[in-house]
Amino acid sequence: MRHTDHMGFFPRQEQLESPLMQQVLGQVATTDFSVFTTRDVRAALAHRTRTPGDFAALLSPAAAPLLEDLALAAKRETRDHFGTSIQLFTPLYIANYCANLCTYCGFAADNRIHRMRLTPEGIDAELRAIAATGLEEILLLTGESPKFSDTAYIADAVRRAARHFRTVGLEIQPVNTEDYRTLHGAGADAVSVYQETYNPVAYDPLHPGGRKRSFPYRFQSQERALRGGMRSVGFGALLGLDDWHADALATGLHAALVQQAYPAAEISLSCPRLRPTVADASVNPRDVHEHQLFQILCAYRLFLPYASITVSTRERAIFRDNVIGVVATKVSAGVSTGVGDHAEGVDSGDAQFEIADGRSVAEVCDAVRARGLQPVMTDHVLV
Amino acid sequence: MADTFCLGGREFTSRFILGSGKYNLDLIRAAVEEAGAQIITLALRRANTDTESILDHIPEGVTLLPNTSGARTADEAVRIALLARELGCGDFVKVEVIRDTKYLLPDNHETIRATETLAAEGFVVLPYMHPDLNVARDLVSAGAAAVMPLAAPIGSNRGLATRDFLQILIDEIDLPIIVDAGIGRPSQACEAMEMGATAIMANTAIATASDVPAMARAFRLAIEAGRAGHLAGPGRILERGGEASDPLTAFLDGMGMDEVVA
Repeated sequence: MRHTDHMGFFPRQEQLESPLMQQVLGQVATTDFSVFTTRDVRAALAHRTRTPGDFAALLSPAAAPLLEDLALAAKRETRDHFGTSIQLFTPLYIANYCANLCTYCGFAADNRIHRMRLTPEGIDAELRAIAATGLEEILLLTGESPKFSDTAYIADAVRRAARHFRTVGLEIQPVNTEDYRTLHGAGADAVSVYQETYNPVAYDPLHPGGRKRSFPYRFQSQERALRGGMRSVGFGALLGLDDWHADALATGLHAALVQQAYPAAEISLSCPRLRPTVADASVNPRDVHEHQLFQILCAYRLFLPYASITVSTRERAIFRDNVIGVVATKVSAGVSTGVGDHAEGVDSGDAQFEIADGRSVAEVCDAVRARGLQPVMTDHVLV
Repeated sequence: MADTFCLGGREFTSRFILGSGKYNLDLIRAAVEEAGAQIITLALRRANTDTESILDHIPEGVTLLPNTSGARTADEAVRIALLARELGCGDFVKVEVIRDTKYLLPDNHETIRATETLAAEGFVVLPYMHPDLNVARDLVSAGAAAVMPLAAPIGSNRGLATRDFLQILIDEIDLPIIVDAGIGRPSQACEAMEMGATAIMANTAIATASDVPAMARAFRLAIEAGRAGHLAGPGRILERGGEASDPLTAFLDGMGMDEVVA
């Protein structure tokens, strides 16, 4: 398996005729972040709509000393497009089996962790416990195991979730258009797939085995999800795996090009950084510190003012509280990254990564209100 | 006689329709009161089912105008409108069909289709549209109760970017023209009313103001002033900066009837 070309496809992986990957990789490859000057950054800030070149300038080292200006401009865009609304949701891990060998992940197939998937009854118990907190949006997550978390298993979980929640999102292994259509029919309307790194050279050794090894199949996930009927698609790079300037640029360009090709698509961005895992406690976001993360978030907001931006509990409470309303429009609350941790009496499996903000839904709501913002539980109708 | 306008058989004195999105819920009541609004829009997608609901914050006697935000096609708009009626939001509906998440511009074609279906279903339909005269006429034929043309891209606070086209709708369409979206300042609302718009709908400009109730009041006053100015009939505006001392047509006056040349 290791010898499979990571730029090819596995059998039964659907290939779309789409120019987007070449466009994104081409643009990133020709961008030199060191050429931008303060003047370029100021020009990018002054523009009413921003070009990919402006976006690169905002991500460049030249923008770092102007972070306060970026934040002020980003806050204006966020207010204009989202008002005071901050959406809340929580992730629910339903299975942690995984057939991939990602070198940075706690769920990787060769890690000896407690594996499990929730039974239908276990899922219901978890859903009820979460619904009782007042949340109306849930994100169902699995490891990437075609055997233990196949489309039928996930579709059943979606149907159960849709009975309790207005919005059901998915963070599962990439699947074909027809599978996305099945999951949409079951009640899911949002799909997030993170490319991890958009640098194919770096992607290769980080993903030595499993179907995730195919870089292009993963890249085309959002397009397949939209063709399968999903309303909303999420993008992200796992910041810290490779040069963050290039990965953030690629993430934003990918999202912008998908929106252009599928204008009705709702676009969301996430900004995960590496966290210590069971596998390797020394894996730390070495070069993506909070300053850099904030710069990335501001650049995302300024380039894609209409996109929903999520900041997860991988980040500290103080960071999350200070970026909502400025750049972020969506936060998770009451989070557990283990399988089956929400309800009493449900068997639980090991977690994917450690979280840094363990506040309850009520506590996060209070923090949102304390900033003069409004917690929003639902902003979606499934039609 | 009171200066009122009519929607679906109901008479309204306030010409300020308030949006309810992008707000802090505890400010909505104050905003409605300071705005003197009698109609408030409500996105069904934002209406919570069991937790804190926006409906709890809207004063009694205010007409709810649910919108079909989230609809990408006419069929989806119809489904959302029916859902709103089922939930007890009444028969008014603002049709929004948007299949572009970047600019949030309305799809006029699908909007006409949805208006036709919903009007036949007995709804009082207020379609949000891009100001196009032919489309406005089709909306009249489809049974709309009013037409809601946009002034500028929604949430942009850029004012009357479509001024000339709004004026055409105001001049040509017999239904109420409610200028919606893009109005960022009271002065812009005032100008639209002076032009002859029936009413103004605003959301972002008020919801994102530093002092929400004060901005709601400012809009109310501006809308009233614009309306009063319209009713008073603005004087002629001279575009040449002054009358020419010898009008180009003066020669016509001195001549009387054309002389008959023998």
